[in-house]
Amino acid sequence: MVSRLEDETVAGIDIGSRSIELVLLNAGGVLRQVKAPTTFDPIGQCRKLMDGINGSWITATGYGRKLFAESFSHLNVSTITEIQAYALGAQFLYPAAKTVLDIGGQDTKVISLSDTGKVLKFEMNDRCAAGTGKFLEFMAVALQVPLETFGEFALRCDRRIQISSMCTVFAESEATSLMARGERAENIAMGLHSAIVSRTIAMLRRVGISFPLVFAGGVARNPCTVKLLEEQLGQAVTVPENPDMVGAMGAALYGRNGVARI
Amino acid sequence: MSNPYDAMWEKLNLDLEAHAGLLEVLGKFYGDIYMSQQGRLRGMEYLDFVLSEVHGLRIKELQDAKASGKKVIGTFCIFVPEEIVLAAGGIQVGLCAGAEIGKDEAEKVLPRNTCALIKSFVGFKLSRLCPFIESCDLIVGETTCDGKKKAYEIFSDYSPVYVMEIPQMKNACDRDLWKSEVLRFKSKVEEITGNKITAAALRDAIHLVNERRRVLQRLNRLRAAVPTPISGRDVLLINQISFYDDPVRFTSKIGELCDELEERVKSGEGIVPEGTVRLMLSGCPMAVPNWKLPYIVESSGAVVVGEESCIGTRNTRDLVEEGGSTVDGMVDAIVDRYMRIDCACFTPNTERMENIVDMARELEVKGVIHYALSFCQPYSMEAYKVEKALSNAGIPMLAIETDYSMEDVEQLKTRVEAFVEMTR
Repeated sequence: MVSRLEDETVAGIDIGSRSIELVLLNAGGVLRQVKAPTTFDPIGQCRKLMDGINGSWITATGYGRKLFAESFSHLNVSTITEIQAYALGAQFLYPAAKTVLDIGGQDTKVISLSDTGKVLKFEMNDRCAAGTGKFLEFMAVALQVPLETFGEFALRCDRRIQISSMCTVFAESEATSLMARGERAENIAMGLHSAIVSRTIAMLRRVGISFPLVFAGGVARNPCTVKLLEEQLGQAVTVPENPDMVGAMGAALYGRNGVARI
Repeated sequence: MSNPYDAMWEKLNLDLEAHAGLLEVLGKFYGDIYMSQQGRLRGMEYLDFVLSEVHGLRIKELQDAKASGKKVIGTFCIFVPEEIVLAAGGIQVGLCAGAEIGKDEAEKVLPRNTCALIKSFVGFKLSRLCPFIESCDLIVGETTCDGKKKAYEIFSDYSPVYVMEIPQMKNACDRDLWKSEVLRFKSKVEEITGNKITAAALRDAIHLVNERRRVLQRLNRLRAAVPTPISGRDVLLINQISFYDDPVRFTSKIGELCDELEERVKSGEGIVPEGTVRLMLSGCPMAVPNWKLPYIVESSGAVVVGEESCIGTRNTRDLVEEGGSTVDGMVDAIVDRYMRIDCACFTPNTERMENIVDMARELEVKGVIHYALSFCQPYSMEAYKVEKALSNAGIPMLAIETDYSMEDVEQLKTRVEAFVEMTR
């Protein structure tokens, strides 16, 4: 049986700290895009996603890229960093994109793109996960709100309060003392979102902000983060339909360009 | 397991058990990072040997020298003029402070947010793991940063410490201060060694240290060839060992290594595949066994072709002018040479920006990785100006801030790989 991959279909897989995304592409566009949680067994999860795929143009990105390349050594796996993957994916979706912001599970990245889509400069948060999706996840648990609706929850605030700590541990104690003072949970949630956005803006400023600015990564699904970001930037940001797929999409495109080169 | 040097180490009051553990870890680390390389020069065997005997043979040499009446002076900074120590018949050793060891001990006396280098030398002392420190008759500190300044006050509770004041600007009055400091140091060294420095001895010492700088300059010229004939890691190691090996032997051995390197360059042989990205490191010193970042860089499709660092060109770029005939004249020449050091402790430090841009252009690198130790304020703050200068010259820069621990290796790899992809 001839798989579709051999017919110049390419696959990109993004093995992140929280989730794994797979995108299949051919000249006609996206054939398939799927997502699974990373869990404690990322390779097992990859195997499930990769079921039936055995072509030769697979590009892996994300923290698990090396592990993936080793575990699927029978396939011809290339690896690229998340920086390049997000740059390629964002530029494919929005050819005019100048800045890419990706807030993922444990990483925040800002990438500045040239007119031709080349990475000019980038910055990532350091080893601490402050200001990333993990921070929101942790705080949603602390406030007993499902992560998926945490953004909507925060948008129901009736006043803006400031939470100054970006450290997950300190922010939680700050939130706890606010609750003890009778502050509404929605207002605390808004304060926590603002803290993330302020930190993100600082990183954006260091790299330089130009529009169109593509906001990708799982946190881009959070409407409160998008709203606050636009408020502070004074301009609309571009959120892809599937913001968490941008990395896997970029990886797949890297493979396709590889095919094109040959 | 017993070691032929156990008796010597015991006499130096080392913690033998912990020390054996340290040597084992160091050996493994060295094996992974160095012995795994392909196409190394035969001349590197000398460096492998010196490193394998880092706490053995070299310490024995120092002990023998001490038994014959010589004095050993330890330093932590390239500002301490070795010419003075050698002219007084002493031996100078640069103490390494590049391992995350004795951190718990160090944190008993130092704040946690202290740079890894300071924690390391305090940790080595408090956990009794460094035979170099224990061999020193005097340890010379200097006032390059507030962290070191205050740490030496604490260190002096445990070892004989002498501190040199380093000026922070480069005006005429700063040169006067530095000259008076060099003279004060000269008196101290004469007192410790019991030898008065003569013009003849100082002339020889200046020549000897210059010769070592010249051989390292030659190494830097040769390694700049395309294709790259020697790994950045190996060059870093040579620079690191220059701080504690016997200067005459080291210069001659590295001269031989350069001869071999020259042959390799002539035959157009390289050690990296075509398309490997040429990068330069700039910033804080990387002391033995801190090979973390060069190893990450050279495992990410790049090769390091220059180190703008105290363990690199900052230490070897300038020579002391030779040809002086009086002690005072030669001291002036020493003072002038050391005043040209472009350490981030100076303000302003425009020479460093110029030197970095010149070096990056000469080496034709695709980019510069700026390396600052966490909590090293002078270098981490200066990274901003370095990036600006490089960006005006059209050269990309990646700023890395890290320490000696291994917990951030994966994050650093991602950043370095992305930088390599970007500059390709």
